[in-house]
Amino acid sequence: MASGLTILDPTSESNPSTRQLLARPTDIKGHTIALLDISKPRGNVFLDRIEELLTERGAHVKRYAKPTFTKPAPVDLRHEIATQCTLVIEALAD
Amino acid sequence: MSTTAPQLPDGFVVIVKHECATCQMVEPVLAALAASGAALTVYTQDNPDFPESVSHIHDDNLSVSWHNEIETVPTLMMVVDGVETERTFGWSRSEWQRITGIDTLGADLPATRPGCGSMSVDPDRVDALRAAFTDSPVISRHVEFSAAEDEFEAIYARGWTDGLPVIPPTRERVLRMLTGTTRHPQEVVAIAPPDLVELTVEKIAINAVMAGCLPEYMPWVIAALEAVCNDQFNMHGVLATTMPVGPVIICNGPGTRAIGMNSGINAFGQGNRANNTIGRAVQLTIRNVGGGRPGEVDRATHGNPGKISFCFAEDEENSPFTSLATERGVPEGKNAVTVFAGEGPRCVVDQLARTPEELTESLAACLLTVNHPKLVIGFDAILTLSPDHGRVYAEAGWSREKLLEEIAARTLRPGTDLVRGAHGMAEGAPLHLRDSMLPKFRKGGLLLTYAGGGAGLFSSIVAGWANGAIGSDPVTRIVGS
Repeated sequence: MASGLTILDPTSESNPSTRQLLARPTDIKGHTIALLDISKPRGNVFLDRIEELLTERGAHVKRYAKPTFTKPAPVDLRHEIATQCTLVIEALAD
Repeated sequence: MSTTAPQLPDGFVVIVKHECATCQMVEPVLAALAASGAALTVYTQDNPDFPESVSHIHDDNLSVSWHNEIETVPTLMMVVDGVETERTFGWSRSEWQRITGIDTLGADLPATRPGCGSMSVDPDRVDALRAAFTDSPVISRHVEFSAAEDEFEAIYARGWTDGLPVIPPTRERVLRMLTGTTRHPQEVVAIAPPDLVELTVEKIAINAVMAGCLPEYMPWVIAALEAVCNDQFNMHGVLATTMPVGPVIICNGPGTRAIGMNSGINAFGQGNRANNTIGRAVQLTIRNVGGGRPGEVDRATHGNPGKISFCFAEDEENSPFTSLATERGVPEGKNAVTVFAGEGPRCVVDQLARTPEELTESLAACLLTVNHPKLVIGFDAILTLSPDHGRVYAEAGWSREKLLEEIAARTLRPGTDLVRGAHGMAEGAPLHLRDSMLPKFRKGGLLLTYAGGGAGLFSSIVAGWANGAIGSDPVTRIVGS
């Protein structure tokens, strides 16, 4: 094939590799589930109800909150959740 | 092609081109110099048969001319042990006689004649020569299109545009862009969100080419990217928010005039290359390097057209106020950018106010509606006065501080008007603030600027996004080299 124009790649050239999803748990009983409130108004209302439902089904729930919804969760918070819990649910909505 | 400078032969070296009348005029001089027995090497740039009367070498790839930084032909150099010791360009009889030591050289020629431009600095050739001969540490992956591909469509297909066509970033164009900065191509300027990748000067230059920038805009693009890529401005949040904001870039300093920025008629609009491409380069860099694309991390409900580019200069020369940059601590005479997470501009119409008090009432009434009439303190705004509105304050002798104090006094509202449910609107301030007097803007939250031009009894307001630690603070950076 005849060659055409050559340009320089404008991207970071670091396409992330696809991550494999973990297997879905068959049962939440005995799991420690993190509920991460992103700190939008009324996120707690949603998470309070989720906590009730999860607890009824035998899960242990731990609550966390991001300092602000406008920024990514701090590394320390992500580490804390990863070491203390096996599952995480993030409350995104207002 | 070699990037190593070719060794010049000892003796006299002359660079000529046939197209140049002065070079043709000095041909007998070259013949006389050769006849004198002196070591003479003549390089010809264009016609390999010129000059007929003297033995010569065709500098066909202009390597000798490029590496020796020949700007004018003819250029006469003296080379001793491979090192240039003398140089003159054009025809100056006295200089040619002095350097050659032949005091009868060119006695029948006029005393001086200017030379012509060297082909190695021809604007149509210089980019390719720079690319061929510069051992530049540009390391980005090369993307080669097939001859059958339209490069503009191919770049669209790869998702590298903001929806408008871009200039293909060839190596030649990127190297030219890099001449606009003294910073090393691999210097990391910032960590670009949302992918948190190291943002190098080279990647900025590539995107600046695509945006349509000139090399002299590079320091401004770099400063603006430094200003947005940090926790204070929070470019990640500005991208991710559902609100319609993007980085609004306000430029200050004498450099705004040097690069031809528009601070006058239609300052926020189309038509000025610097205004439109500096902002566009910032956004393209965030898109392409940072990975911030609409519908992915960019979740804006509506967005706004300023997310293509929203960049303008303050009209400091005509402003009755100190500039925004000075207000924010930038020394006089320095160039600076201030970035603000803002939506599109809206117009404040007041064609009847003739006193500063009347006009301030109008401005305050309109500013109160920013984001929502009942939401206070949490959002900043830019207020841009036009010459016709600015004149009202100039004639009354109001300073920046006085105007901002008067606006603050007129935008203070009782909590009873603002709390949730008041005036039949659910939106509003929390109920516990019912008995407080609340300012519309936090201290320093109203950025006063002066731009626009020609006639028009209008001002402009750009509303902001969530401010402070939970959102974004305006950031000012001095423009470097």
